[in-house]
Amino acid sequence: MNTPPESQNASRPKVGLFVTCLVDLMRPGVGFAAAELLTRAGCDIAVPESQTCCGQPAYNSGDVADTKAIAKATIQVFEGFDYVVAPSGSCAGMLKVHYPEMFKDDPDWGPRADAFAARVFELLSFLADVMPLGDVQAAWPAKASYHDSCAGLRELGVKQEPRRLLAGVDGLEIVEGEEAERCCGFGGLFCIKYEDISTGMVDVKVDDLVATGAGMVLGGDLGCLMNIAGRLQRRGVNIEARHAAEVLAGMDDLAPIGVSGGAPEKSE
Amino acid sequence: MQSTTREFKENAYAARRDPQLQDALQRLGHGFPLKRLQAAGRLPEFERLRDQAREIKNHVLEHLDFYLERFEERVTEQGGHVHWATDAEAARRIILEICRKAGAKAVTKSKSMIGEEIAINDYLEDHGVEPIETDLGEYIIQLRHEPPSHIIAPAIHLSMGQVEETFREKHTDLPEDRLLDDPEKLLTEARTQLRQKFIAADVGLTGANMLIAETGSNVLVTNEGNADLTYSLPRVHIVIASLEKIVPTLEDATAILRVLARSATGQEMSVYTTFCTGPRRPGDLDGPDEYHVVLLDNGRSELVGTEFQEMLRCIRCGACLNHCPVYGTVGGHAYGWVYSGPMGAVLIPGLIGIDEAGHLPNASTLCGRCESVCPMRIPLPRMLRAWRARQFERHGTGTAGRWALKAWAMLARRPWLYRRIMGLGVAFLGAIGRRRGRFGWLPLATGWTNTRDMAAPEGDTFLQQWHKGPRGDASGERLRQRR
Repeated sequence: MNTPPESQNASRPKVGLFVTCLVDLMRPGVGFAAAELLTRAGCDIAVPESQTCCGQPAYNSGDVADTKAIAKATIQVFEGFDYVVAPSGSCAGMLKVHYPEMFKDDPDWGPRADAFAARVFELLSFLADVMPLGDVQAAWPAKASYHDSCAGLRELGVKQEPRRLLAGVDGLEIVEGEEAERCCGFGGLFCIKYEDISTGMVDVKVDDLVATGAGMVLGGDLGCLMNIAGRLQRRGVNIEARHAAEVLAGMDDLAPIGVSGGAPEKSE
Repeated sequence: MQSTTREFKENAYAARRDPQLQDALQRLGHGFPLKRLQAAGRLPEFERLRDQAREIKNHVLEHLDFYLERFEERVTEQGGHVHWATDAEAARRIILEICRKAGAKAVTKSKSMIGEEIAINDYLEDHGVEPIETDLGEYIIQLRHEPPSHIIAPAIHLSMGQVEETFREKHTDLPEDRLLDDPEKLLTEARTQLRQKFIAADVGLTGANMLIAETGSNVLVTNEGNADLTYSLPRVHIVIASLEKIVPTLEDATAILRVLARSATGQEMSVYTTFCTGPRRPGDLDGPDEYHVVLLDNGRSELVGTEFQEMLRCIRCGACLNHCPVYGTVGGHAYGWVYSGPMGAVLIPGLIGIDEAGHLPNASTLCGRCESVCPMRIPLPRMLRAWRARQFERHGTGTAGRWALKAWAMLARRPWLYRRIMGLGVAFLGAIGRRRGRFGWLPLATGWTNTRDMAAPEGDTFLQQWHKGPRGDASGERLRQRR
């Protein structure tokens, strides 16, 4: 299904969900949460089947030719939607900031990349400002800390939007970590290539989360959250990690990241 | 200086296990960023000043030859001399030659990163001239024969105890019962040692924070006042500066000064800011008889007109180091050359070659914190990526990692095949990881699983569940029913 849905209602914008490769492969629940929230916000959503990845692994490895090919395919797949929304600041940043930069000297693709970028949004900021979710209608009694992923924060300026949305969740208390804006050390292939440095970086994040006294870490990027969850679990720290969309959608039947299905593990 | 950038990983590994360094890095990471934030907050026009500073340097870099020649004319008119050095060797020879003509036995030095870049101290020593560092941090690392670990705080990696140890070892006249247990006593001890050297030196060697084309002046910024004694007491003042330090006018220089100290230490101004213009004129009460400026290129002019040109806006404030989570984890020495942090990771490959410095642009998550605080708005992450692209062009798909990347990129361009292969992969991993929900060890991903658990995939991909319905995995159906 590569074409936008026929809108039943002209006032409902057509939104293409760019699900991101990590959510697609590792944690589909985030995709379902995103779909549910977008629908609730009044969007007609579609999930083009021929989407793959935004191309960041190639882009950040210096492989410009492959990145451009992937970018062109992605732009084509999502042409015709009013908006393209991704549950990741990093992937949305790639589509919104780096595609136009990559094609800026290309007379054909430059304008197409610009037009595409103008329609791209990160999920949580989209739900806060573009198609407001309004009443969140979710309850989640927990104390949570929010991790600001780098690309969402510094490329797209997403900071207050997720906090505003989460403030509408009944019973959820957000406690700010002193290092909320500090990189968790994921960085895509960086965490494998420079594992020891990456571990040092994620340890700072883990220590900071422990200091907040939160029982849960939330974020808008699955890569960072898997990294943080993996280190929390290896160190035996009992803090669960979730994408903020899961909490906003009230998806409490989905186990936290890295925990086996069913009811969340209570102790480690 | 001989680089050890090839051993970046080993250097970093050792740095992570050095408790004194880790303490120092933690203090640095908390102190400087907070002070910068407060200083920026007190100045409503700070963000506009950053734009202005960027535009000044952008303009200069488009007309570099014009402003350098104008600077030379002005210096010459005032009785000074400008020497052009294409590389480090040329700069060293010029400086030695001036020292010899002056009959110098001792040279006092204020802190200069260009001095480090051309390793002037070793060279002078080898040729019978004693170099004496007069900045406290530089003095300490000179005694210890170490390179600086931070461009504005060269001895930041050391604890007070280590400094005391060094003084006791090198200052042989120091009585054993003299206490050296706080910063002030250490400073007094260094001052006592340096006072005589200031007076005895024949040549003073300083760097330059800026060169001003309009007036032929150099700007010196310090917190210790040592640069002022360095240039004003000896008969000969040598300024060593790289050519991108030039700015057109005095006004431009002051605009940049307004962002420099705020970005570096959070001060509104550094304690001492000095403009030196030529040798002593008739009627001047003090100042040197000779004024020399050695203008170093050392590969910089080759960056002009490339994707790295904007790096030449750098004013060496150190904000990118102070805010970098990688620098904050491994410190400056791990980078293996005189510069470090994000600015070093971009500049070093430009100066010593990307093959030598290949690790540096890769050892970054591209988190963007450096760019967000750079007073000159240098797009450091973009340039780190540009170095990676240069590496990729040169070496193609040479290594196993690159083949894997190529294979992945091939798949990412073929959605049908991608869905098939990735679907099989996550189905397999999902099946074996379902019970525990994560892996403690995974082949081909040990870089992750050595220190972290890896979440297991749910089983079916989102696209499978969305389009084709669940395949034996109840979670898909359940999730779809929620809608």
